[in-house]
Amino acid sequence: MQINVNGENKECSTETSVSKLLESLDIDNRYIAVELNHKIVPRTQFNEKILQENDSLEIVTFVGGG
Amino acid sequence: MMDQSLERYSRQILSQHIGEECQKVLMDSNAVVVGCGALGTVSSSYLTRAGIGQIRIIDRDFIEESNLQRQILFDENDIAEGLPKAIAAQRKLRKINNNANIEGVVTDVNYANIEELSKDADIIIDGTDNFETRFLINDFCVKNNIPWIYGACIGSRGLTMNIVPSKTPCLRCVFETMPQMGTFPTCDTAGVIGPIAGIIGSIQATEAIKILAGKYESANKTLIEIDVWDTKVKQIDISELMGLNDCPTCKLHTYKFLEAEDGVMVTLLCGKNAVQVMSRNISNIDLVQLAKRLASISDVSSNEFMLKFKVKDNEFTVFPDGRAIITGTNDLNTAKSLYSKYLGM
Repeated sequence: MQINVNGENKECSTETSVSKLLESLDIDNRYIAVELNHKIVPRTQFNEKILQENDSLEIVTFVGGG
Repeated sequence: MMDQSLERYSRQILSQHIGEECQKVLMDSNAVVVGCGALGTVSSSYLTRAGIGQIRIIDRDFIEESNLQRQILFDENDIAEGLPKAIAAQRKLRKINNNANIEGVVTDVNYANIEELSKDADIIIDGTDNFETRFLINDFCVKNNIPWIYGACIGSRGLTMNIVPSKTPCLRCVFETMPQMGTFPTCDTAGVIGPIAGIIGSIQATEAIKILAGKYESANKTLIEIDVWDTKVKQIDISELMGLNDCPTCKLHTYKFLEAEDGVMVTLLCGKNAVQVMSRNISNIDLVQLAKRLASISDVSSNEFMLKFKVKDNEFTVFPDGRAIITGTNDLNTAKSLYSKYLGM
């Protein structure tokens, strides 16, 4: 199915959780904030939140410079 | 008729958001800016011009040529004079607004001194260049109920969010923990486009002004991400995270970054091939005496703010607070032993 991650269309299998998606993108889930369809997803729900067709995700990665 | 003593602030008083009453509150406020690099030079400049009554600027570093691309308070003369950032910033900002009480402090903010340096703060502005100090500020601010403004940038990308204890989620509600040293890019390894720091620092100053003026209802409640190269702005509403995750800081009230450890603190200055060494037990070093002591083993150069000497491949910069930055090594233990060998502390 099609989803959208940070403005780019991506193909992913059904029954993919947020955790699985992050893993496949090689993103460490401790250092990011995730918004799914304009609503923030608490880290405690990354495993149980299953993505649906046409879902839109925004992933913001922690920054430490300054 | 506007009070004549407020003339210099007339343009912001005239704006619909800040009247004379708010201006007076700002002039009675106390802000602490931790870190005076790309972000801190921008935020402290706006806060000084806006008439914040007391501003303490804390920075551990001295100015280098590669800073001038984005650290807008500094110039070539400051480098020629060998000035620490906090002192150069203090001098510039006092020229900009002599009514404000500006104090530059040359030190590393850590668990041992954050309370002393920040206890009177109405707000803390993040201008640091590392994760560890941000988690320390988060622990301190949540514990002491002081708002702080997270801001950071790398490459063309910047982030900012407000942390207002008991009103917003804290830093650890959003980002669980500190990345391992060396696994994330820093400005020294990945570079930074100057204006992103200008944008993030400006937002931080604006948010500080709103919160200090008591206009919390207008304050940003989102995590803002801006990329100046892709020209994109993203805002994530984080208010729903409040109390949802089992946050160790604001829900469980454990403050591991504030916990004391004894002895010598060593910090890798990422991307610089340098280590900072600081001893808890040392303060107020007499640099003149130290220069005399070291004269037999090395050429020593010093001013009232720091002393430099070189032994083989390691250059030492020693500050009066007992801190030393040792270049030519990335190894914490090597740096520790070099520190005790040549500084005997």
